[in-house]
Amino acid sequence: MDKLSDTLGRFGGVYLLPVALGAVAFVLIGAPSSWVTLTVAGLAMGMMLFLMASGLSLVFGLMDVMNFGHSAFVSFGAFVAASVLAGLSSWLGSDSVVLASAALMLALLAAIAFGLAVGLFFETVIIRPVYQDHLRQILITMGALIVSEQIILAVWGGTPITVLRPGFLEGAWIIGDVSIEVYRLFAFALGAYVFAGLMILLNRTRIGLLIRAGVENREMVEALGFKINRLFIGVFMLGSALAALGGAMWAGYETLITPALGGEMMIVVFIVVIIGGLGSIEGTLLGAIIVGLTANYVGYLTPKLALASNMILMMAILMWRPSGLKPAVK
Amino acid sequence: MKQSFGTIAVKTTMLIIAALLLFAPFLFQDIRALEVAARICIFIVLVASYDLLIGYTGIVSFAHTMFFGFGAYGAAIALKQMGPGWDAVALGALAGVLVSLVVATVIGLISLRVKAIFFAMITLAAASVVLVLASQLSQITGGEDGITYRAPDIFKTATKLMVDDDGKVVRWFGVKLNGKLAGYYFVFASSLALFLVLLRITVSPLGTVLMAIRENEARAEAMGYRVVAYRTFVFCLAAVVASLAGSVYAVWLKYTGPDTALAFHIMIDILLMVVIGGMGTMWGAVVGAVLLVMAQYYLRDLMGAASEALHGIPLLPELLAPDRWLFWLGIIFILLVYFFPKGIVGTLMLRGTRT
Repeated sequence: MDKLSDTLGRFGGVYLLPVALGAVAFVLIGAPSSWVTLTVAGLAMGMMLFLMASGLSLVFGLMDVMNFGHSAFVSFGAFVAASVLAGLSSWLGSDSVVLASAALMLALLAAIAFGLAVGLFFETVIIRPVYQDHLRQILITMGALIVSEQIILAVWGGTPITVLRPGFLEGAWIIGDVSIEVYRLFAFALGAYVFAGLMILLNRTRIGLLIRAGVENREMVEALGFKINRLFIGVFMLGSALAALGGAMWAGYETLITPALGGEMMIVVFIVVIIGGLGSIEGTLLGAIIVGLTANYVGYLTPKLALASNMILMMAILMWRPSGLKPAVK
Repeated sequence: MKQSFGTIAVKTTMLIIAALLLFAPFLFQDIRALEVAARICIFIVLVASYDLLIGYTGIVSFAHTMFFGFGAYGAAIALKQMGPGWDAVALGALAGVLVSLVVATVIGLISLRVKAIFFAMITLAAASVVLVLASQLSQITGGEDGITYRAPDIFKTATKLMVDDDGKVVRWFGVKLNGKLAGYYFVFASSLALFLVLLRITVSPLGTVLMAIRENEARAEAMGYRVVAYRTFVFCLAAVVASLAGSVYAVWLKYTGPDTALAFHIMIDILLMVVIGGMGTMWGAVVGAVLLVMAQYYLRDLMGAASEALHGIPLLPELLAPDRWLFWLGIIFILLVYFFPKGIVGTLMLRGTRT
């Protein structure tokens, strides 16, 4: 048994889980073409979930702050991006790829900028006074979530909003009898870039070194004379900007968004963070990919179970590893 | 023991509220006021049982409406399938309690071992799954539309409790002694009984242990109390009380749907009530429930008027629209958690002790 786990560990340990999941699903589904489609969809969904969840996980890891209002950033990102895209609909409608991609870039940048601003406000006004007090943190961030949802309802109204997409991201590529939606590939690529960027930031830069040290032992970093509070504001803003970016991508993926979006995503994001383990980027990516794949496979195999599948997955993983697959917090 | 001014004020308020609720059908003679009074009774129990978790033991759960919903749906399904009768109510309530117990035990044992934050997230996830399930399994639960059914015959508006010589229903102080009145007193009596049980628990040795766990978990463990067992037990207890309250509410409303029994906004209401009233005191639950239910029913009218008056100014009318009342409550909630973490009752009770 020990030998087996050693061998598994050498080949990647828990990182093998998505691969195993894919293999089991391949056998169960039986049709390679639908399996490829589902896997691509699952990976794309996983990448978007990763964008939304990574900030939450990092913030918890660094500062022991649980932000229940995190999903507000997701909905703000989605609605801001949708508004920008709607405002630039003439650019999107034109045949020029340059104009259309400029509109898309502007929408994503607007979401990111908004996320940064709201994140700054959230950190300094809402969360700063309640460090070190989990109960009040949960209550206050929950209150902030309520207020943000009401603001979204007041500004954008309760009716679903259609999100425009640039023409070059519409449609699907067909290779043999496999069809792959272009938008999914785009989402996957963007998520992968962000992940790579985060890894470089965390592992190759001085700021990343400080963040990792802060996750490991906050007091020690403070004692060495670094202003960890400033670092924390930065990480918090980065996290909310990523969540807003994730929300904007999700809006383009769903193409029809309602103010309930934040609440729906919040549950999935929590499940991702719990499965992955709080505080680690790799864990969050792993959790997001597993949740994305499971959602798509189960949705295809037994649609009735799709709702409960994430919950069952979380329960199973928590029984096996009570603090998630790859936790950074000790 | 000499009681402080604040404590006396709180207890007087409690007596006044109890008297008002007891004589509500005679004091406020319209249907809407009776609805409000019944809702207050139910929410006092619901909030008090939640306070046992969050205020006394320091457990943050977002699944309290789920248990409320189990009780409500239990009674509703039994009444729908078996027809109106007390056996259906009893069976439904019992089924609701059993389901709540099982689910609470499973959630408690799996996740109370881990950090408080995990527990909050897991209960949130569980509650949302149950909510989606309730709207998906429409053959049993009626889906989004919910279930309409008949309550036991004694609660029918046409039922005459007392008949005078002419065969007409007797009036006391101008109030017809009909089934509606019986229904209200059923709600009142059950809520009072459940509330007294909760009150008794908080002053028992068990209540002291719970507070010890809230204050210092490691120390309580070191003194020989099994923290996980106590936590799971109190989580189950709160779940059972919430489930019973749900059954009573289902009998009173004669309708159960996701909006009245399971929706997440009920959970937010409970949270607001606990925090506004004051965590860690049963009296806080009473004050919070009374204030918030009244606000729900009457503040909206006021906000509607204000929204009309401010017509033409950008954004403000939208924020003051009656549907946006949660926006203001959310802000009040945040401010309360900052400045008065003990809530109205907790702050009041402290007031007297200082002078």
